[in-house]
Amino acid sequence: MSGDPYARPGALTPAGAEPIVRVSGLEKYYGRNHVLRGVNLDVYPGETICLIGRSGSGKSTLLRCINFLEEPSAGSIEVDGVLLAAAPTRKRGPDELEQCRQIRTRAQMVFQEFNLFPHLSVIDNLILAPVLVNGVARDQAIATAERFLDVVGLREKRDEFPNRLSGGQKQRVAIARALTMEPKVLLFDEPTSALDPTLVGEVLLVMEDLAHEGSTMIVVTHEMAFAREAADRVYFIDEGNFVEVGPPEQVIDAPRDERTQRFLARLKSRQNPEAVAEVAGIPVVPAPG
Amino acid sequence: MAGKELVGSPPGLPPIVVAIEASGRRQTLSFRARFFLTWAVIVGAVVLLIVVATKPNPRFHLQDWLPFIVGGVGMTLVLSISSIVIAVFLAVFGALGRLSTNPVFNGAASLYVSLVRGTPLIVQILFIYLGLPAVGVVVPAVPTGIIALSFNYGAYLTEVFRAGIQAVPQGQVEAARSLGLPERQVLRRIVLPQAVRIVTPAVANDFIAMTKDSALVATIGVEELFLRAQEAGRPSNATFQTIAVAAAIYWVMTIVLSLFQARLEKRMSEGDRKR
Repeated sequence: MSGDPYARPGALTPAGAEPIVRVSGLEKYYGRNHVLRGVNLDVYPGETICLIGRSGSGKSTLLRCINFLEEPSAGSIEVDGVLLAAAPTRKRGPDELEQCRQIRTRAQMVFQEFNLFPHLSVIDNLILAPVLVNGVARDQAIATAERFLDVVGLREKRDEFPNRLSGGQKQRVAIARALTMEPKVLLFDEPTSALDPTLVGEVLLVMEDLAHEGSTMIVVTHEMAFAREAADRVYFIDEGNFVEVGPPEQVIDAPRDERTQRFLARLKSRQNPEAVAEVAGIPVVPAPG
Repeated sequence: MAGKELVGSPPGLPPIVVAIEASGRRQTLSFRARFFLTWAVIVGAVVLLIVVATKPNPRFHLQDWLPFIVGGVGMTLVLSISSIVIAVFLAVFGALGRLSTNPVFNGAASLYVSLVRGTPLIVQILFIYLGLPAVGVVVPAVPTGIIALSFNYGAYLTEVFRAGIQAVPQGQVEAARSLGLPERQVLRRIVLPQAVRIVTPAVANDFIAMTKDSALVATIGVEELFLRAQEAGRPSNATFQTIAVAAAIYWVMTIVLSLFQARLEKRMSEGDRKR
């Protein structure tokens, strides 16, 4: 039941290293709907993992179970040595709630809808958790926050309110906010899916930098170009478990499983209208100009 | 936002833009003029009707009684302001109870809302003032008024706050939890500040309603605006005139409060955009 047969220490990891994230035998039911079916996943320090699959395949649920935004129905999660088993039928005691919080601070989530706090300025969004949760002094938290705003290139927006930022800027602030907690692993839940197509690039660029600088990342995405560029392994998930796993050049460019092939073909046609038109037999009108 | 009001059209604008702006200003002015004219005509007609319909009463002189009646405004405001403050407190706890997974808190809060919304305010006032002494609890008139008003409005505002808390997007809670905030801090730092913005118009609305419902406290002899109006009219049998005066004063009060409400709402919405 346990152990990820596909995982191996990444290039940045010395041999014999322990995984930083270990998902074992994870099951999730929504009511009677079986969403995750015994998922095992190991991620080593410095690795970037991409989870791909159809909507409803369970990839976002898996991500949300890792930091317990969803209560798993069975199995366990271990993040940076903090192990917590599923407890779907009882209320957690104070010790377990504390462990849950430990896991959350170590595994920071970046959401599709950004979820910046609209009543707080950018800098206040960034220092809220360091001050309240980690007990960092305010001045020091501000200095750290400014450093991470530099990382995402938005230092000059420090006093702006979130509603005055573009979608791409919001998501970059959200990434900076996650970084201020100095997490062991970053969880990205379709971080560019809510963005105007022209703003996707700036967010992916920041994420690629993070991946190349050795951050550990688990990314749910439909951006195959990003996966190709940044992922150490790509996991294709279907009907609640992994179907095909491997380096991006295998899974994305030469998928072996029929389901992976179908998914990628459909994704390609959706992102490329000319391909759809071709398949449907509609003549493609060249764009004017 | 400041300083962006168009005072005049700066030079160098295309003539059509200048013409459109001028026409826009003319339309706004003309709308306002006709709006206020409509008010003046209708209010004038009603006042005229009252004056014509009322037999002249040589024993009643308004100027003698006006200061006495207006003096009741103070008590009306004391009742309303202290009651709305207490009501908001009750409402925050009531709403948390209504959303609690603890059956005892949830049950108590739901019973409070059901019971208080299910009985008339005047009955609640009389129950506290006349009913409680039967079990040995004597509450003076003014505190009775404040307790009854705040309990009553607290129940309505409980539902307002509950809806306000539920209107804060779930993503906000998830983001706060992901950052490792304990549940108490999620509520205090993220959910409640946003809920307060959402419910501010409704609370201001209820406050305006409460200034008028405070007239019910006249029944137990609290010297507020409405009781004073009745007392002023009684000796000369001019209660109709004095109550009309009270109505006018209530109306002016609510107009002033509505202006405050508009300003408050504007400031609240600006908070999201700019400090």
